[in-house]
Amino acid sequence: MHVERARFDYLLRLADSDLILAQRLGEWIGHGPVLEEDIALTNVGLDLLGQARLWFAYAGEVEARFEATGRDEDALAFGRDGGAFHNLLLVEQPNGNYADTMVRQYYFDVWHRLLLVALVGSSDARIAEIAAKALKEVTYHAERSADWVVRLGDGTDLSHGKMQAAIDALWMYTGELFVPDAAALALVQQGIACDVSTLLPAWRDEIDAILAEATLDVPNTPSMYKGGGSGVHTEHLGHLLATMQSMQRTYPGAQW
Amino acid sequence: MNRAGAMPGEAAIWRALQAIPDPEIPIVSIVDLGIVRDVAWQAGEPVVTVTPTYSGCPATAVIMADIGRALCAAGFAKHRVEIRLAPAWTTDWIGADARQRLSEFGIAPPGVRADPTRQVIAITGLRRRAAREVVACPRCGSERTAELSRFGSTPCKAQYRCEDCLEPFDYFKPH
Repeated sequence: MHVERARFDYLLRLADSDLILAQRLGEWIGHGPVLEEDIALTNVGLDLLGQARLWFAYAGEVEARFEATGRDEDALAFGRDGGAFHNLLLVEQPNGNYADTMVRQYYFDVWHRLLLVALVGSSDARIAEIAAKALKEVTYHAERSADWVVRLGDGTDLSHGKMQAAIDALWMYTGELFVPDAAALALVQQGIACDVSTLLPAWRDEIDAILAEATLDVPNTPSMYKGGGSGVHTEHLGHLLATMQSMQRTYPGAQW
Repeated sequence: MNRAGAMPGEAAIWRALQAIPDPEIPIVSIVDLGIVRDVAWQAGEPVVTVTPTYSGCPATAVIMADIGRALCAAGFAKHRVEIRLAPAWTTDWIGADARQRLSEFGIAPPGVRADPTRQVIAITGLRRRAAREVVACPRCGSERTAELSRFGSTPCKAQYRCEDCLEPFDYFKPH
C-alpha cells in the first residue's frame, strides 16, 4: 500500500472513532441525569470533536499528496457514506441507559489512552503532536469514566445490575479494538502507526482491576464482532449519520 | 514567550494582545493564559503564534478573531496568526499574577500537574481518589473542599464545593 494512502486511511480511522463517539455524547445534551453530568459528558464529547478535527485536517493535507485535492474536515465528516467510515463498532452503539453510556466510554477511554501514549512516540511529528495534546484530555476522560464504573458497579442492586448488563452486552465490541487493519500494518514498520494488538495486555490489566473494585464480573465471551475498520458497521451507524449529516447533505457547503 | 528583540511595533503588539480578555474567563487575558506563544516579524508583517488550550474549546475561534481585530485596531492590518500545537498548552504557563486574579475572581487556580504519559492511571479507585490534589477554597481559604463534578462551566474547569463556607466554586484544572 502506498504510504501516503495508508497514512490517510489511518488518520481517518483515528478521526472517525472520535467523531462518532462525540456525536453520541452530544445526544445526551439536555437529557443528562443531573445537570453536572449533562455538562461533563458533553465536555468529553467536545474534546473528542476537537481531536477529530485535528486528525481530519491533517488527513485532508495528506490526501492532497496523492489526489488532485484533499478534502477539508467538513467534507470528510459530512460527505462520506457509512461504508466509508472506519470507526470502531463500539462507539456507534446507542447511548442506552447511563450504565450503557459509561461502560462504552470506559472501554473506549482506557484503549484510547493507551493508543495515544503509543502515538506520542510516532515517527510522524504531526501525529505525535496531536497525540500529545489529546492524551492530556483523554487521561482525564479515563479517570472520570473509571470513577463512574466503580460508583455504579459498587452501588445499589439496581445500578449494579444495569452495569453488569452493560459490561456483558458491550464486551463483544471490544475484540476489534486490538485488531490492526491494513493501513495500520503498512505504517507500523516505519514507526508511524501503533500495532493495537500490543495494547491488549495493559487494557485487560486496567479493566480487570477496575471491574474487581466495582464488584463486576469480567465477561468470558470468546466471540467478538469485527468490521468497523473495513467499513462494515452495525445498523446503528446509518441512523447516526442521517442525523449528523442532514444539514450538509441538504445544503452542501453551508457555512455558519 | 519570546519577548526579546526590539522590532518596531513589537511592544505595541504585545500591549494590544495583553488587552484581549479570555472570552470565557475575562478576568485574565490570552497572554496571561499563555495562549500567545510568540510575536515575530516575517516579510515585513507581524506573525502571532497561538497555542490553543483544549482541542474542542469553543473559545479558540473567538480568540483568533479577537486577535485579528486587535491587531487591525493597533495599526497592523497586514498580519498573520498561526497555530502551534507542540508543546501542548499547559496551565504551567499561567503566570503568578494571573493566578492571583483568578483566585480573587472566585476560581481556584490550577495546582500541580500529573504526568499524563505514566503507564498506569491508578490501580484502584481508592488510590485514585486519595491521590487527588488539595484544592483550597478561593473565598475562605479552607482546604476542606469536595469535587462535585470533573467538568465545570468550561472544559478547563471542575466544580468544587467548600465544606466550611459551603460556597460552590470553579477549579481551574491542572492540564
